[in-house]
Amino acid sequence: MSSMTDTPRQPFRLSMLIYDSRYRSITIQVVALIGFIAGVAWIVNNTIQNLATLGKSPDFGFLLEPAGYDINQRLIEYHSQMTHARAAFVGLLNTLLVAVAGCVLATIIGVFVGILRLSKNWLIGRLMTVYVEAQRNVPVLLWIVFLMAIVSEIPPRPADFRSGEAQMLFDSIAVTNRGIYIPEPLFANSLGDVTVLKGVLKDSFYFSISLDLIVLLAVFLGGLVISGLIKRRADRIQEATGERPTTWYLRLGIVFLPTLAVLYMLGFHLGYPVLKGFNFTGGIHLRNSFVALWIALSLYTAAFIAEIVRAGIMAISRGQTEAAAALGLRGGKIMSLVILPQALRIIIPPLISQYLNLTKNTSLAIAVGYMDITGTLGGITLNQTGRELECLLLLMLIYLTISLSISSVMNWYNERVKLTER
Amino acid sequence: MSEQSYVRDEMLPELPPPATEVGVIGWMRENLFSGWLNTILTLAGIVIVYFAVAAALPWFLNSVWNANSLSECREILEGEAGACWGVIRDRFNQLMFGFYPHEEQWRPVLAFVLLFVAIAPILFNPMPLEMKIAWGGFIIFGLWLLWITGAPILAHLAFLVAGLALYYEPWARKMLFFSALYPFIMVWLMWGGSAWYVISALLGFVIGYLIYRLLEPIMGFLIAVIVSVLVAIGWWFFLAAPFAAWMAGIIPLELTPVESRKFGGLMLSVMLGVTGIVGSLPLGIVLALARQSDLLIVKTISVGFIEFIRGVPLITLLFVASTLLNIFLPPGTEFDIILRVMIMVTLFASAYMAEVIRGGLAALPRGQYEAADALGLDYWKAQRLIIMPQALKISIPGIVSTFIGLFKDTTLVSIIGLLDMLGLANAIRATTAWNGIIWELYIFIAFVFFIFCFAMSRYSMYLERKLQTGH
Repeated sequence: MSSMTDTPRQPFRLSMLIYDSRYRSITIQVVALIGFIAGVAWIVNNTIQNLATLGKSPDFGFLLEPAGYDINQRLIEYHSQMTHARAAFVGLLNTLLVAVAGCVLATIIGVFVGILRLSKNWLIGRLMTVYVEAQRNVPVLLWIVFLMAIVSEIPPRPADFRSGEAQMLFDSIAVTNRGIYIPEPLFANSLGDVTVLKGVLKDSFYFSISLDLIVLLAVFLGGLVISGLIKRRADRIQEATGERPTTWYLRLGIVFLPTLAVLYMLGFHLGYPVLKGFNFTGGIHLRNSFVALWIALSLYTAAFIAEIVRAGIMAISRGQTEAAAALGLRGGKIMSLVILPQALRIIIPPLISQYLNLTKNTSLAIAVGYMDITGTLGGITLNQTGRELECLLLLMLIYLTISLSISSVMNWYNERVKLTER
Repeated sequence: MSEQSYVRDEMLPELPPPATEVGVIGWMRENLFSGWLNTILTLAGIVIVYFAVAAALPWFLNSVWNANSLSECREILEGEAGACWGVIRDRFNQLMFGFYPHEEQWRPVLAFVLLFVAIAPILFNPMPLEMKIAWGGFIIFGLWLLWITGAPILAHLAFLVAGLALYYEPWARKMLFFSALYPFIMVWLMWGGSAWYVISALLGFVIGYLIYRLLEPIMGFLIAVIVSVLVAIGWWFFLAAPFAAWMAGIIPLELTPVESRKFGGLMLSVMLGVTGIVGSLPLGIVLALARQSDLLIVKTISVGFIEFIRGVPLITLLFVASTLLNIFLPPGTEFDIILRVMIMVTLFASAYMAEVIRGGLAALPRGQYEAADALGLDYWKAQRLIIMPQALKISIPGIVSTFIGLFKDTTLVSIIGLLDMLGLANAIRATTAWNGIIWELYIFIAFVFFIFCFAMSRYSMYLERKLQTGH
């Protein structure tokens, strides 16, 4: 019988820091940390020296000074006497607006194109391939300026509507070379607005939310919740008895009837754009820069989404469909219970990273003069105040925050749907 | 016997299939009109195609090539709609080379065709037959390009020899050395000046490597690496410049120097893309390994860098390049804007490259790592001999698509005022001769990008098929 003993503990020697794998990792980390800190210190030191020579010490006080420039595209109140911070906030909202609108439109187009590319129809398949390849192989910036040229060169001038050369679509939408005018929702018995953050930091961040909208959303969401409860009850009955009560009309009514009633009570009506003088007034004015950016980013991202959707659907093997059919499920159920849950698991992570790409690409707005956060904080504010360091630092932080929130949503989703293996 | 008369003892000749199932009609029934939905889709498709063609075709057919200004072009068209491609003919050189001196333009062309010689051994190894034929075509094309840009006979010869060397099997593998040398050759060709500066920079690597080989058996791996790196850095900082100046005095190898602010057009995009990818590969490998390592601090630094770069848009990094980078460097350092942009683009690409390579590392079966450990290889040997060759091979399609993305993103430099093709388009539209021209320039630029990116994506797909070793 033999017994194993531990190798005798050697006293610590300096050379073990390099040759003993137990200590080496610590050595490497310490060296890396020192190197990193030295590098950062070097850059900071250089920056301080250079800024001292230029005579500007880092200072964010400029953000509360009057901006002095106008922003034509804005979601909240703004005029040139408001602060730089306010201008940046207007820009941030513009960024988020075009990002959200772009994601929605890109998803719709992308899903359609992805499915159509799989169709057996030769002509449609080819057309979709041409679309996808044209979008994916040409820079998005080129698409943006190209669409800007299209929307400002091809549609008729507002004056042409007066002379009858051009017609409004459905008597309510005017497509002109100065932008698109669409009807706006108005409320006759409006409940008014609530204003938040008024008076904070020289009025930099206040905004108003329409109470009508809050009420409508609350009623609609409440309807959805109740509809969900009805569904759960139906599920319980089905589990217990095998019979599923018919609930669709109940659920539909619960969701839409209260909302419609509230809309009626608030006196909902549309305000149409009208030609006055040389331009349209009333309605919502979608500026050319917004339209070009929105459509170009959507079309571009949609091409990538189409490929993701196509790959996701193709990844589900035929056997899954056949097995589901063998279990006696019908077509719609096969799609919703077997194919989609598996395909979505593949589709959604790259889809979210496409949303992230689209959001980052909104920074190209500066090429068509859409005042997003890059155009305000990183553009005019930077040039007027000469505060490059502060502006770019803030700008990057803001984008980083947006990106990290999107990717944390993605990580949360990935965790949730991860297949648990072994 | 009479019952058996019903039994046929020879086959009937096959009838031809019904006319609606074969030929054009059959194909159309199957592929275009197989159901009501498909029929509607087909008709919608035909309408779309009709409108697109009706709008664009007359404009294309009415093309005017020989006009030197928009007004001249409009006179020729006499009020009809038509494309003025004259702007492309007039400004072609500028769109390709920016303001690179006209008589030196063979240098970017030589650098460009040599680029293919440099990447061919990496991309096609060994060359399949159809590639050999295509390669012959490319050599002729390259020679023609050199000839029309007025390259000296020596440039023709250098390209011809390098191109033909790939055909000769024993040399083809050794051409990887040329790939390693290529970045230095490119720098010399593009910026010009004395070749000795580039050569002495290269010598730093050679000296470092020699010292490593010499010391490794005596002093062990770690010390050898540290000493060789220190010596190489010492060479670059203190000896390289005097050495180059001294050698230039003895054997002058001069090309006319060209400042990088004269770079522009397609050349600038290709340069930025290539330097971005070449620079980001080693950086990306290091970052990916750091991110995969067990060392917490190293990993945190790497993750922080990668997520930061990937979380901000490229345009903000370009703003940093144009306004801030000089502030970060020691007082008095002045970099050319194009160099600064190159640095930022490389950093940007390296974060994406790191993620691609990390994907390759993660895709390797765990057994490969364990087998390398079982063989007793240390970390770097295992990486160099076992892990990296396989991981990089898996990541080539990802690397190619990163390159496509980067190449497309080079158009962003027009926003910070560099004159790539898009920037030049705006400049050309601002001149009196071509004021008001819109579509032709954009279509031409889109076409050029499309050709490059489409070819690369097709290559990437070919590679994915080739590398697919599954069932």
